[in-house]
Amino acid sequence: MAPNDPSAPLLRIENLRVAVRGDARGPSTGDAAAEGRTGVPGGGEAGREILPGLTFDVPRGEVHALMGRNGSGKSSLSAAIMGHPSYEVRSGRILFDGEDITRLEPEERARRGLFLAFQYPVAIPGVSVHSLLRQALKAVRGARGGGDLGPREFRALVKEKLEALGIDPAFMTRGVNDGFSGGEKKRLEVLQMALLEPRLAILDETDSGLDVEALKVIAAGIEAMRSPDRSMLIITHYQRMLEFVRPDRVHVLIAGRLVRSGGPELAGEIDRRGYEWLAPEGAAAPEAEAAGRSQAP
Amino acid sequence: MTDPAIPGSAAAGAAAASDAAEARAIRSDYKYGFHDESKPVFRSRRGLDATVVEEISRIKGEPDWMTEFRLHAYEVFRSKPMPTWGDTAMLAEIDFENIYYYLKPSDREERSWDDVPEDIKRTFDRLGIPEAERKFLAGVTAQYESEVVYHSIRSDLEKLGVLFFSMDQGLREHPDLVRKWFGTVIPPEDNKFAALNSAVWSGGSFIYVPKGTDVKIPLQAYFRINSENMGQFERTLIIADEGSSVHYIEGCTAPTYSSDSLHSAVVELVAMPGAKLRYTTIQNWSNNVFNLVTKRAVAHAGSTVEWVDGNLGSKLTMKYPAIYLAGEGARGEVLSVAMAGKGQHQDAGAKIIHSAPRTTSTITSKSISKNGGRSSYRGLVKVHRGAVGSRVNVRCDALLLDRDSRSDTYPTMEVDEQEVAIEHEATVSKVGDEMLFYLRSRGLTEAEATLLIVNGFIEPFTKELPMEYAVELNRLIALEMEGSVG
Repeated sequence: MAPNDPSAPLLRIENLRVAVRGDARGPSTGDAAAEGRTGVPGGGEAGREILPGLTFDVPRGEVHALMGRNGSGKSSLSAAIMGHPSYEVRSGRILFDGEDITRLEPEERARRGLFLAFQYPVAIPGVSVHSLLRQALKAVRGARGGGDLGPREFRALVKEKLEALGIDPAFMTRGVNDGFSGGEKKRLEVLQMALLEPRLAILDETDSGLDVEALKVIAAGIEAMRSPDRSMLIITHYQRMLEFVRPDRVHVLIAGRLVRSGGPELAGEIDRRGYEWLAPEGAAAPEAEAAGRSQAP
Repeated sequence: MTDPAIPGSAAAGAAAASDAAEARAIRSDYKYGFHDESKPVFRSRRGLDATVVEEISRIKGEPDWMTEFRLHAYEVFRSKPMPTWGDTAMLAEIDFENIYYYLKPSDREERSWDDVPEDIKRTFDRLGIPEAERKFLAGVTAQYESEVVYHSIRSDLEKLGVLFFSMDQGLREHPDLVRKWFGTVIPPEDNKFAALNSAVWSGGSFIYVPKGTDVKIPLQAYFRINSENMGQFERTLIIADEGSSVHYIEGCTAPTYSSDSLHSAVVELVAMPGAKLRYTTIQNWSNNVFNLVTKRAVAHAGSTVEWVDGNLGSKLTMKYPAIYLAGEGARGEVLSVAMAGKGQHQDAGAKIIHSAPRTTSTITSKSISKNGGRSSYRGLVKVHRGAVGSRVNVRCDALLLDRDSRSDTYPTMEVDEQEVAIEHEATVSKVGDEMLFYLRSRGLTEAEATLLIVNGFIEPFTKELPMEYAVELNRLIALEMEGSVG
């Protein structure tokens, strides 16, 4: 497949086998409560295979939903696509716009147009939202030949995005995710996406922990990003986000395996019937175990 | 100026300062490691005895009482043992006999930039002194080796009655005022290095702010060591009279040399009732300097004293700014940052004595260790009986950038009063993989992400600095970080 072939999918996951890296140190954010949840699900058991071999495509301009219970491997997949160092790709490939990005550093992926909205965004005390946005935009725009924005252009752009997402401008001077409410963290993720204008946005449980009003605002922000030049992968285990951001395709992940793909109606069916009816023989037990596991590093 | 332009607004400046791409463009060698030829007019011989001490005093034309003060201090220095705590192994490397104790680069002090000799001017040019002056200076006292050669005071300060001199000039022009206060906060008997400074001191600043006077612009001094084996023993005395307010800023850089240099300053502050006195230092000694400084303040009733103290570079720094809260309702704050790299030991902290009721103290210490560097927090808080209703808040945060580096905390609390509120918190953290991944997923390289995290860590410190110093500190840290990541 040639790079930039317009008929090729923007993202192709090919027989991807992913395990927790043997030397993974695990998260050390200093936040004990968050440590079990962030980046490395099952980080306590190095070498455990999380995705035993996954294949699927996200075509250009399409919005796909990836559904599944906690512990089904959704977040691990998103981390692996973004290049989290604690995950080892044992075989298979990740192709982005026809290019094999499996071995690239996370920043190189970001500079090519990938974006991950984190389920549990990390607090960086003392670093203002302004500094983060400024530096991220410079890195990503620079890589795409867009050049850095002047301070005035930057302010105007940020102001527009803040208003669209109903965010108080005072947000800009606060420390990144430091003392943020759940809703504020999710807003900041969507704000970053809106500024960085990725070609592929992966939204990992962006709907979790939001009340209906906040969900509507954030969903509208995501919907506004829909474009023929942009693909999205929305990871969720509820249908409610998908009522506002209608996916072109829905995939269901159980124990690291893709068990069903279908149209948007599949999300509604899951909402009514749960996941049990989709589970292959013998997959339910380990999945339930994974969901309930303590994930202390 | 070879430096990138300093942006105009605080927000833009902070962003630019933390901008690692810009930082990468700065040379990785020690920025101030150049060495201009200087031609001293007088240099004492290596080593120290009473004759050298007398000679220094004679050349300076000092009054007899100061000569006697120096000679007495020299005897104290001789009789005092070396400290038996701290990094005694490193301290033992100091060779007192191999140091020049006095060097006078030109025979008079200069007030106008045009009069400053060319080679000295070149050095200042590289440090950006005239640039800084054009921008915002109230007065510049730049110490080149031991003697102040350049000193200007803006006329409105003079109109306010504020005295801002080199210590030597202060002694000449206001001998009674100097005699009243000199050595009262830190007597020579305090410790061996304070005694050494008292014997051979030269330069430093003398400031007197009259009653009720609010000095709105920070007073700044720039210090610099330029000769191999040159001891620098500046002596600073600041008196903020009743109800006055003043902020003094001092930054230090030193060229790199192959053999060790000794810097041993004494800084005495007096905040009279109701006064507000802040002293800000950023030090960036080259990695062979022993930086052994005694700093102490007396805070009278209702006054506030703040030490803002940043330590980069040096081989060994031992520095514990102290505040004696002597009057009711006095408030003291020590805010410090230390960064220790390869072969360096930053042993810094604070000392606060509560000896009056309803006094308040806050100590915030931030340290960063990298490439096997070592940083220690050493603190003493003492609350005397009778200091009822006093409050103490101590916070020490250490950040380790790799597994070879080290951080220690030696907090001491001596509390003889029941009715006090004391909080103490200490954290040690590493630059987390999750933080790095989060920032890298936004397009930042690992080095850029690490620098951003470090700048965030010290932000409680940088936000207290004037804009230009915050930018400079972030730039120095970017330089220090180069090659330590990735």
